[in-house]
This record gives sequence, C-alpha cells and structure tokens, in this order.
Amino acid sequence: MDAALWAFGRGTGVVSLVALTVTVLLGILTRSGRPLPGLPRFSITLVHRNVALVACAFVVLHVVLLFFDSFAQLTVLDFVVPFFGSFLPFWQGLGTVAVDLLIAIIVTALLRNRLGLRTFRVVHWLTYALWPIALAHAIGNGTDGTSVWFLWLAGLSTLAVLAAVAWRVSARFVEFRSVRTGQLS
Amino acid sequence: MTVAELTGTARLFRAGSPTFAAHHAVYGSLPSVTAPDAPDALIDELRRSGLEGRGGAGFPVWRKLASVLANSSVLADSSGLANSSVLANSSALANSAGRGSSQRQPVVIGNGADGEPLSHKDETLLRQAPHLVLDGLLLCQAVVRASDVSLYVGAASAAAVRLAIAERPDALHVRVLIAPEDFVSGEATAVANAFEHGVSVPRDHIVHLSQSGVKKRPTLVQNVETLAQLALIARFGAEWFRSVGTASEPGTRLVTVSGDVGTPQLLEVAGGTSLRRIVDACAPLDEMPRAVLVGGYHGGWVPGDRLDSALSREALAPFGAAPGAGVIFVLGSGRCGLESAGAIADYLASQSARQCGPCINGLPAMASVLGSLAARSRDPRLPGELARLADLVTGRGSCSHPDGTARFVLSSLRAFETDVRAHLTGRCEVHGA
Amino acid sequence: MTNSPQPEPAALLHIDWTRCDGRGLCTELLPELLARDEWGYPLARTGSAAGSAAERSDIAIPPALRGAAADAVALCPRQALKLTSR
Repeated sequence: MDAALWAFGRGTGVVSLVALTVTVLLGILTRSGRPLPGLPRFSITLVHRNVALVACAFVVLHVVLLFFDSFAQLTVLDFVVPFFGSFLPFWQGLGTVAVDLLIAIIVTALLRNRLGLRTFRVVHWLTYALWPIALAHAIGNGTDGTSVWFLWLAGLSTLAVLAAVAWRVSARFVEFRSVRTGQLS
Repeated sequence: MTVAELTGTARLFRAGSPTFAAHHAVYGSLPSVTAPDAPDALIDELRRSGLEGRGGAGFPVWRKLASVLANSSVLADSSGLANSSVLANSSALANSAGRGSSQRQPVVIGNGADGEPLSHKDETLLRQAPHLVLDGLLLCQAVVRASDVSLYVGAASAAAVRLAIAERPDALHVRVLIAPEDFVSGEATAVANAFEHGVSVPRDHIVHLSQSGVKKRPTLVQNVETLAQLALIARFGAEWFRSVGTASEPGTRLVTVSGDVGTPQLLEVAGGTSLRRIVDACAPLDEMPRAVLVGGYHGGWVPGDRLDSALSREALAPFGAAPGAGVIFVLGSGRCGLESAGAIADYLASQSARQCGPCINGLPAMASVLGSLAARSRDPRLPGELARLADLVTGRGSCSHPDGTARFVLSSLRAFETDVRAHLTGRCEVHGA
Repeated sequence: MTNSPQPEPAALLHIDWTRCDGRGLCTELLPELLARDEWGYPLARTGSAAGSAAERSDIAIPPALRGAAADAVALCPRQALKLTSR
C-alpha cells in the first residue's frame, strides 16, 4: 500500500510539473494576442485555463497522497508553512511555497472579473516565481529528481519557458506591434 | 483681455469690475429659487429661455438640471438603476447606490477649463465677472439640492475666482480645482475624473454623468458661461433672454476671435449674428479671408466667400461646424488652408489622452496623410485615405476627440477642395508653383 | 405574468476603449458583429460614421449571438466589454 501511494505521489508530481509548464507556455502565448494554427485565441485562453486547473488537481492529489504516505511524514502544517518538514526541509519547503503561490494565483484568476484587472495581473505575475520554484522542488525533493530522464524533461521545459520569456520581452511580441504607433498606458 | 460688444448685446460684463460691490450694484441680489410651492420654477424658465450649454456640445441646460434632479430624488431606491441598463456588473452599481442616501447627493461643477487653445472666454469671464458665474453655480446647487459645489478652472483664473469666493459668505463652500491645459481636460467625463481620481483624462461611461458621475453620484457639469447666462435668466426671465438673438439661437454668446485679426479678441454677440459682422468688428478686412474656422479645432471651416452665414447651428451644419464654445479663427488670404489644417491635425494628434487604440493610432495617421497633402505629395490616393481614416476613428473612443478630429479633417478636405486638387498636381492656390 | 406587451430591450455590447488592447478574442467569438481594424482593434460591422457613431461603441446583439457575446465579455483579457441594454 505504501509503495503504491509513493508511486502515485511521485507520478502526480511529475504530471503537475508538465501541466504547469504547458500552462505557462500557453499563458505567454495568449498574452501576445496571437492564435495557434488550428487553435483560435479564445481557445488558447480556455486551454490555458483548463490545463491550469488540471495541474491544480494533480497538485492536490500529489500533496494528499503524500500526506498519507509514511516515508514523507508530512504534517498538516507542511501544506501551508514552508521549511518545517522532517525530510529534506528546504526542498520540501519549496514545494509548500509553490502551493501557496498556486492558491493565490488560482483564486485571483477564478475571481478575475470581480477583482478587476490590476489585482489579477499583479498576482498573476507571481507565476514567473511559481514555476522555477516548483521545478527546483521537483529536482531537489523528488525521488526521480536527478535521474537522467527527468533532468532531460526539466532541461527541455526550462528551455521552452526561457524561449517564451525571451519572446515575451522582445519588441515584436504583441501582434500588430509593428503597425501601432503608440502603446496603451 | 478687453471685451467688445456688438450694439446692445452687453449683458455678461455690465458690472465693469470683478468686485462683488460692482456686481451687486448692477445685477442686484441673488434671487431665491427654492420657493416650496414651485420647486422647479427655474427649470421651467430655462426651458422657455432655450438656453443651451456654451461649453461646446450645446445640450439644453434645463434638461441636464431636470435629469440630475430626477436621479438625485431616487435616493436609495434602486429603481433608478433599472434605467441604467447594465446587465453585467449591475450588482456593483446597485450596491453603491444602496449605500444610503448620501451617496446619491448631487455634485455641481462649473467647468471653466478652456481646453481649446483658441478660446479665452471662460478665463476672461472668470476674471472679470466671477460673481455672475458663482450666482449661476449657487442657483444650480439650490435647484438640484447638491451637497458639493466646485469650480474647475485654468491656472490663470484661479486667483480671481478665489478672491471672489472670499468676498461673499454664501459661496465660501465652493471648492476650486485647477485644470491642466490639455485639450481634452475640459471634457465632462475628464472633469468628473479630475474630481474623483485627480487625473483629467476622459473615462468610459455607459450612463450620463447626470445619473452617475463623481463617485457614482448624479453630477451636473456646466460651462461657466452657461452658469452666468443662467444667473441672468433667473433674475430677468426667459422673455428678456430671448429679446436678443434669433428664435433658434436666443440670447447672447461669447466668441473668441483670433488668427489674422491682430490680437485675439473677445466679443459678446447676439445669437445668429453673421460671421462677417463678427470678423469685421475685430479687424475690418481689406481682402476676403481664405476661410474662417468656426467652433474650434473640433469645428469646421467656412470658406471666405460664405461669411454671410450666421453663427447658428443650422447655418453652420453644412460646413460640419457649430457655434460650440464660440471659437472663430480667421485664416488670411495669404495662408494655405491645407498647411494650417495640417498643423492643427498634428496638434490634435498630440493631444490624445493615449487611452484608446483607434485614437492613439488613427489621429497620427490622419495628421500624417494631411501633412503629405499639404506638402503637395502627388499621390491621388491621399484624399480617399484621409476620408477612410476619418470614418475609421469616428465613434471609437471614450470621448469625442477622435470624432471631432475626424470632423475637422473632413471639413478641411471640403473647404479647400479646389486647393486639394491643386496640391495633388504640385501647385498651391495660395503659394503658386 | 405581465399583460403589457413590453418588447425585450435590445442587448448591447459596450466597448470600453480605454481598456481595449485589440487582443482579438471578441472578434473571433463574434465574427458576425466584429471585424478588426488595421491596428487589431474591434470594428463593428454594422453602424458607420455616416450612420450613428454611437453604434460602434455599443453594438446591438441579435438574440442568437447573446451567448457568444457573454463569452466574449467573460474571456476579454482586458475586461473591456460589458453587456448593457437600451
């Protein structure tokens, strides 16, 4: 039973990370105002949103399954307060920080149309902190964190996100940027 | 600035001095308008007078007052918001309205920000006849039972206004806010924004200010000349007001005449006076001017051979112009209309509040095409492109700046039609080859 | 329950131009009503400057498109759209 929980805990962690990576990539893409071939803009937004919710579901599974696992020895406090774990407290603490950020980002995203644009946007920017913290947690804390296949996965994900961020800050990021003479304040 | 009058039209500057003593000696005491048996008497009188706003849009004054009054008496009853017609986000509006009656107490603002660089009437009125403006403000406050009363004025008139307020105990509660000298800062939603958030840029609105303005309270924004005229109507009545001017343009109005007439001049003229009489009163013209821009930079050009047109809505409509805020700019016979229009379009593009995409992008595009036309670029597509851009930006902004700029550009194409054709062949009707 | 034959108020899609950044989601969801101008901002297919300029900031929505309009309001990344009625 413990072995099964442990395996599920690891597996859901890896799936969460992949889903989070896809979410970040789609989030940056949708911000540019461009469609994908065969995927219109509103669909990108919807896929971004749904993959994010899938990532959340897997993060919840990941945390809950490991709570019942006897190796991990998690306490309720570890869900929200970082760096007090008994096993690898620093790397596990990063996971807790990532969960806290994720809660803030998801709640403000779900309430976006009530909170107004500014609050939503400021909190949503925390994603740029969430993603590397989650990745570091996976490498430092995960049983598979330093195995070759996972390092390949992590490396490719990092490259993809870095490329997207580089495109995000480049001059031609926004569609129509080249023909617009002024920018909104 | 000295104020000239055309025969028998001196009404607003009769006091001859900005002091309260001079004002009181000429106009007498502020009449009471809050008789319990006739609370709407002044609104009826204003309706009979036909007074329209003198800030530019020309909206009937009584209608605004009646609307603010109706929206203020709704108080905490949410039925007033049923008309506000908001399906989405209606809960937010309803909440703010339900917060108690104090939330619905009206706000009255006198708007004295001559956003138009060619207009000096509001500043001059505030400096030379501030008490007439204050009278109008206090009368509006009484009619709509407002709790907050303010004046929004340019820096040049602030000192005179503060001095006048200090002179009379009944106006001590009037707040003064300084308006920046931007073209769009006098737009009504920009005024409301200035009082609520301290930024004088227009804002999006789905309902009129009279329903939901400063802090969602019913807000009356009236031009200061309108307030001064209102103060006269309250004293002397609608019949007296209509005894000057025409049936459709009753009363007097202030006009600022500038351009090729020497120093700019301010005149008080009867409604419907011909443009020729107004221009002649400032500087008798030896030659026919090339054109006269009426209504300011958002107005339209009247060609020099059409100066018999009256300063009235009907007579100016064919030129895309309106009396507006009373700006008259004379373009002398030696000036190229397209060059002047190009410079004005450049200025208007620079005065965008940079909030709305079609304005940010469309106005510089229009200015650039008009600039090419003025520079005699031989591209026959230019006039068509200008008309296309003017159509593209119209109706697509939060204020009337794109619409007004488009109207001005189209008017320039019409008024200087033959010169447009000359420019496309590399010549100019004024400057020759 | 009411006997008065009240016509249903016309639904309008209001564009707040101070917020709109021309990201193009609404034009995809409502291609029948909205095109994009050369800078990417939504341009009402009905209503022109020659007609009523107001129709370009408050666009009438036929009943069949109300669902799509509600989606556009919900999905606008700049929260620049509102449903109103006349």
